[in-house]
Amino acid sequence: MLERVQSERTQTDRTMIEIRDVTRSYGSFKALDNASLAIREGEFFSLLGPSGCGKTTLLRMIAGFDKPTSGSIAVDGQPMDGIPANRRPTNMVFQSYAIFPHLNVEQNVAYGLKRLKLDAGAEKHRVGEALAQVSLTGLGKRRATELSGGQRQRVALARALVMRPKVLLLDEPLSALDKKLREQMQVELRRLQQAVGITFVLVTHDQYEALAMSDRIAVMFGGKIAQVASPKEIYQRPVNRQVADFLGGMNFVKAEIVEENGASLVLDTLGFGRVRADKPRAFVRNGGAATLGIRPERLRVLWDNATAKFEVSGKVVERHYFGEITHLIVEIPGLEKPLSVTETNDFGADDIPVGAPIRLAYDPEALVAMAD
Amino acid sequence: MTVAAEGSPPLRMAGSRRSPLLQSEAVQGFALISPTFVYALILLVLPILVVIAHSFWTQNYLTIDHTFTLENYRIALTEPIYRDLLWRSLYISLTVSLLTVALAYPVAYFISFHGGRHKSLWLFLITIPFWTSYLLRVMSWKVILGYNGVLNSGLMGLGIIDEPSTALLYNSTAVIITLTHAWATFAILPIFVSLEKVDRTLVEAATDLGDGPLRSFLRVTLPLSAPGAISAALIVMIPTVGDYVTPKLVGGKDGVMIANAIQAQFGKASNWPLGAALSVTTMIIVSLMAGATVLVFRGLQRLAR
Repeated sequence: MLERVQSERTQTDRTMIEIRDVTRSYGSFKALDNASLAIREGEFFSLLGPSGCGKTTLLRMIAGFDKPTSGSIAVDGQPMDGIPANRRPTNMVFQSYAIFPHLNVEQNVAYGLKRLKLDAGAEKHRVGEALAQVSLTGLGKRRATELSGGQRQRVALARALVMRPKVLLLDEPLSALDKKLREQMQVELRRLQQAVGITFVLVTHDQYEALAMSDRIAVMFGGKIAQVASPKEIYQRPVNRQVADFLGGMNFVKAEIVEENGASLVLDTLGFGRVRADKPRAFVRNGGAATLGIRPERLRVLWDNATAKFEVSGKVVERHYFGEITHLIVEIPGLEKPLSVTETNDFGADDIPVGAPIRLAYDPEALVAMAD
Repeated sequence: MTVAAEGSPPLRMAGSRRSPLLQSEAVQGFALISPTFVYALILLVLPILVVIAHSFWTQNYLTIDHTFTLENYRIALTEPIYRDLLWRSLYISLTVSLLTVALAYPVAYFISFHGGRHKSLWLFLITIPFWTSYLLRVMSWKVILGYNGVLNSGLMGLGIIDEPSTALLYNSTAVIITLTHAWATFAILPIFVSLEKVDRTLVEAATDLGDGPLRSFLRVTLPLSAPGAISAALIVMIPTVGDYVTPKLVGGKDGVMIANAIQAQFGKASNWPLGAALSVTTMIIVSLMAGATVLVFRGLQRLAR
């Protein structure tokens, strides 16, 4: 909650990066296919997608390491065509961190400052400031080869931030860290971005990373941008099955469109009957068929004689224990695929016997209509 | 042996009937290198010991006087002829090694950074001169540099010179040109290998931080490939000091090097002890020079940061 409030402070309505109809082809293969995107100033923006979806290609084109086959990229209103990487107002944190092995931490961070010909005091001050931002104060004299993975990542961050770029580009910066460190760095990166107020563009294939850190996310598949929205909207109102599936689990139910009006759709389904569901903003109708989706954690187990206004009933066919939660697979008459249900273990969901009849409650607001 | 056996766990002793001594990594290592080691001992260390011993003796017509003397070293270090030859050898080898590295670096850089899919083809092409004998390659330089050679006729044909130049062949320049060409491959390969090891992302990172192509080369690629350049310089420098075929064939009287003098002492002059003293002196000076080269390069590397 606190973070959202802060985030409104760093974000403005100005467009920092404008990507217009950008295509990048390698022969007949299109790594990026007619992508358009506007990233706002001060925003933490994520490009999310499986490997080979074109997210890294897009990032490298913003940095200037790759050129669009067609289309244009502008940073802070300046067209970037023909401007080499070394003269762009962007800096990058590389996936491998690319720490110069022949230099120590301080020299690595000061690398880009040398060209600015600052006086020794000013340079030292900026290096110290950048090291403090990433909590590396005191490690300035360490050799690059003596650093841990997390420290190398901080050096890479400091080295880019010290340049005070308009845009900081991060290419899968957390993928080389172990789980615990990765989660800690997610929080820290977000905090850092809020503190410096620089536009961050993050490339990641980890949906939780994108959800946890970003103001907005662009989900990409096969060189195309599928959806651009806030983490919450992406998660709750995915535009299609692909997006829904990539961001966590989702139960898909075949549906028939009965009625379509402004903001909602009336759908006929086998298991859930006739339901009304919100229409996603980018919904494109494809004939009369659609898909109804519901997240496994939005289905609640109804105990004993409890009732709910909206419920389905079936039979437990599988149970998987995950510590704080239990994952149930429930067969519903009429549905071709059983439903996944995630229930916290507070009330004993881990004791539900396989084969037992079960009733599940759902909130109609949790139902999402998707293009097929 | 007994101690080692007691120290090792009994389970392992039961599983393997081999002596624990053979299982120690150090012993296995020595066993692996022993053929090479024995070979080097017999053909490298022993001859050097013989040479060192000779350098303290005296030639007495057909026999060797085995009394210890430093007279040979006095001659080797103070006679102007040997001093001049030694200086010239060092000058030639140093020039050749620097020139070779300077010329080989761009070639290696091109293959490594721009060779694309044809890297191995380029490397293969570079080794082609080795298909012919070294003598033939030296001889071909004679054809190029000679009085009526390719270079002279070419320059005359273009009207740049009126009569053939004698400055091309039979002097130390001819030796330098020939040796530089002959050793090029030995310099290209180590430099190529060290350039291949330079992570290309580091060059991108330097570019990202504002460096143009030249600056990123000077600040990242060059320092990171310096070890290859140093070893290339040493690989060329050390053997060229002692080269005697090249000066003999293209050096004339101005291109004679210390090895020619050493050869003469062991051959025609038949003064093995003096030849030995000259050899040992050269060896020591080359070692010192190699050490100095490494230090100078390290200093330059530190300055470049």
